[in-house]
Amino acid sequence: MELLGRIFVDPFADMVGAPDFLLQVIWEGLVSGILYALIALGFVLIFRSSRIFNFAQGIMVVFAALTLVGLHAAGLPAWVAFGGTLVVMFGLAVTIERVVLRPLIGQPDIILFMATIGITLVLVGTGEIIFGGENKVMIARELGIPSGSVELNPWGGFMLMEARDITVVIGAVAMVGALLAFLNYSRMGRAIRALGDDHQAAVSVGISLTTIWVLVWFVAGIIALMTGIAWGSRAGVSFALEIIALKALPVLMLGGLESITGAIVGGLMIGVLEKLFEIYWGQPLLGGSTEAWFAYVLALVVLLFRPQGLFGEKIIERV
Amino acid sequence: MLYRTAGQFKTSYRADQALFPVRQDAFLLGIILIFAWAVLPLTASEFAYQTLLIPVLIYALAALGLNILTGYAGQLSLGTGAFMGVGAYACYKLITIFPEINMAVAVLLSGLFSAAVGVLFGLPSLRIKGFYLAIATLAAQFFLVWLFEKWGWLYNYNASGAIQVPNVEMFGIWVAGPLATSTAQYYFVLGIVTLLTLVAINLTRGSAGRTWKAVRDMDIAAELIGINLMKAKLYAFAISSYIVGVAGALFVFMWRGAAEPNLFDIDLSFRVLFIAIIGGLGSILGNYLGAILIVALPVLLNTVPDALGLTIKSATVEHVNVIIVGCLIIFFLIVEPHGLARLWQLIREKLMLWPFPH
Repeated sequence: MELLGRIFVDPFADMVGAPDFLLQVIWEGLVSGILYALIALGFVLIFRSSRIFNFAQGIMVVFAALTLVGLHAAGLPAWVAFGGTLVVMFGLAVTIERVVLRPLIGQPDIILFMATIGITLVLVGTGEIIFGGENKVMIARELGIPSGSVELNPWGGFMLMEARDITVVIGAVAMVGALLAFLNYSRMGRAIRALGDDHQAAVSVGISLTTIWVLVWFVAGIIALMTGIAWGSRAGVSFALEIIALKALPVLMLGGLESITGAIVGGLMIGVLEKLFEIYWGQPLLGGSTEAWFAYVLALVVLLFRPQGLFGEKIIERV
Repeated sequence: MLYRTAGQFKTSYRADQALFPVRQDAFLLGIILIFAWAVLPLTASEFAYQTLLIPVLIYALAALGLNILTGYAGQLSLGTGAFMGVGAYACYKLITIFPEINMAVAVLLSGLFSAAVGVLFGLPSLRIKGFYLAIATLAAQFFLVWLFEKWGWLYNYNASGAIQVPNVEMFGIWVAGPLATSTAQYYFVLGIVTLLTLVAINLTRGSAGRTWKAVRDMDIAAELIGINLMKAKLYAFAISSYIVGVAGALFVFMWRGAAEPNLFDIDLSFRVLFIAIIGGLGSILGNYLGAILIVALPVLLNTVPDALGLTIKSATVEHVNVIIVGCLIIFFLIVEPHGLARLWQLIREKLMLWPFPH
């Protein structure tokens, strides 16, 4: 009985008792949720256009961030380094398409998925050799990301918002808007969506599969760079990001593999819920660090009820 | 000429379905077994036991378990490392609660625990399919590793949070712990691996294996021809997790000697998955070839530059190793998606016709 009270009553009493702290927790959750959503967005883009489950998206984030910091450390001004990183990501997209994807056209999904694991390993090794494994500081100030913080006093309480987190949120919203506009209104964007709907039909009306694949991987690379900057400015750039990037998988599953809305809603949901669970249930009852698995278990539970995720297309199977 | 099958007539279905329909296969396997049981132990050094022989066998066994689930039954699993952990912790608890227990019995029993956990996390596979299923095994991976760290009972509440293998005796010989010799451990591992491989070969070529392959190729079609999907999938999860669990127990007791929870993290899962992919999904032989490649590669990379008189930093070697494994995976997927085992198949077919191909 006492245990039930601690599970079902006390956490909510704590939330109501200190609403300013609750807001703070939700804000923190939202910020990390946006970052999960950004990584998931890269996944969705590639999955929609090529049915490739791109495991390498996480390491692309690390790689882009490392390249940016590395180029700046080599003496380039921040914005030139930014441009240089875009060029590197474009080169990466072309290389991946030529060397890995083109020979594998038409193979089963699982083969392509494993190929992206191979890409991940190559990028990890290359990144470690070129840039070294130690933690690096993101060049946030040079790129014009403000530091400092904003204090709010909701209900007479106290709440702190870092200025860079606010910048990240605004930047992410702007980028998602731009991406949606690109996909919905530009010629190239519509070609990407056509490929996602039906490969054969898209190819037969003259859409070039290989060009679109390069484009999609490049856009995923840009998203990776943005994510890298955002995440790096909070926690530094290191290969530890790769493990956090694995969290994009439950985000995707929760939202549904095909849906951009799903990736965003899933990311925010997981970001907020895992923080709330950790603070109000994990630490007092389970000994903490529940963030390691909460997202996966949540996604699993949701999938048991909706096997295609919250926003995914209904899976219709034919024999 | 050496592999000519002409003249080996079969007069009954039983003979046609036998374990070795081709005489040379049996002969070759016999040579490999003699080599593994008699020649290698006589010649191997301590270094060879610890860096090559024992890890190859253990990784191959883990990959074999994964291969039954992913290669035969078609259910992608990213949680192999955690299931190995379940086997290792179960074995540790068995040994510490019943110190008198026979080591072989303890290892074989500990597989049962990971089989139970495997079935539990396999339940969602009845509703969730394909990539979505990967999330179920990932949940197992992260949740179980967290549990190994937080549940003090598992490691007997010792301060380090790690498990330390005690000295264990079997039939008057030390087989585990600091007192055990590498030769004894090698024979122990080899015995278990031989036994489980035999079981796996017979399972996969029998009705269970045919059922799994039908489910892998298209589960709705399999259901329509009367296969009970729930039974087939859960059976695959149980058998696979059992073998993986035994491999985990051997991994800690016969090789590492101690284990922290993060030994079983996702890197281990991926390493086993790579072995299965490079070796060949849906084959038994492939696991051994893949394990030899993945285990021997870092050793080679460490020793070859030394022999050539070059000095490369060990960190660099490690990273080069990672890059090479990545390239190998991509290379094999492009050139031969069925892995090293398929290469052997091709060689064998060529040999059968040699020296007069069509």
